[in-house]
Amino acid sequence: MKALQIVEAAYRGTIEEQDDTILWLSHAMKGVGADLTVALRGNAVNYAVKGQAAGGLTFGNWHQTQPPDIEQDLTSLMEKGIQVYVVEVDLRHRGIPTDKLVTGVGLLSFDDFVDLIEDSDRIWHW
Amino acid sequence: MTDTPTLTFAFMDPPFETGRTATFFRLLDICARRGYHIKVFAYEGAVALPFSQQKPHANAVHGRDASEENHPLPKDWIAALTEEAERNGGSLNWVNCGLCVDERGVNAAIDGVSRGSPADFWKLAAASTNSLVIPTR
Repeated sequence: MKALQIVEAAYRGTIEEQDDTILWLSHAMKGVGADLTVALRGNAVNYAVKGQAAGGLTFGNWHQTQPPDIEQDLTSLMEKGIQVYVVEVDLRHRGIPTDKLVTGVGLLSFDDFVDLIEDSDRIWHW
Repeated sequence: MTDTPTLTFAFMDPPFETGRTATFFRLLDICARRGYHIKVFAYEGAVALPFSQQKPHANAVHGRDASEENHPLPKDWIAALTEEAERNGGSLNWVNCGLCVDERGVNAAIDGVSRGSPADFWKLAAASTNSLVIPTR
């Protein structure tokens, strides 16, 4: 079974969870042999921007020592064999240049997006 | 072999926060009435849906005591849907994401709810006729 993980909701609980919960879910399922592809669309295309730093959160004497590192999470996904794409038009609408993207992330035209959906047995749109 | 569909759902919303929760349960209700085999992977806040310590309350604004108010509790919906599915020859298998339970402290779940992991979601979806994810927005 091939599943396409479409991630659209961005930065949903990432501070509290120390990651994106759907990227984390993808990591965990890959660990049991899942055949997954990740497509970032909508505001989630911003996940693919390299150099983000979410550290420094402090409440009183409490300090978050392990902030989310989405870039590392995406890189690690790709190292495990999961292809990560961003929907190109969503990137363009947000003015994000492609040279700002994490290495290895692919660009997806809308036509390619449709092909990817057709090639997948399960479509999970988060 | 049976032609009865098996459907897997992943759901993320906590109880008492969004309209998606009731809509999700309406979908499960249709499946249960049709005697489908229903698999649910509750992820993140949705693991509180079968929390056994949910309590109904009175509502002074409504002018009703707890008995009259009959406050809806998702744990009761899950129990009722499990019975309904079984009455119609189907089943409801509810799996709570274990780590999500731990971080929220909602370990006490009603009977029939099991603790699992994303691996269970993958396996349930792979063995199902189809699947639907309903995320928090």
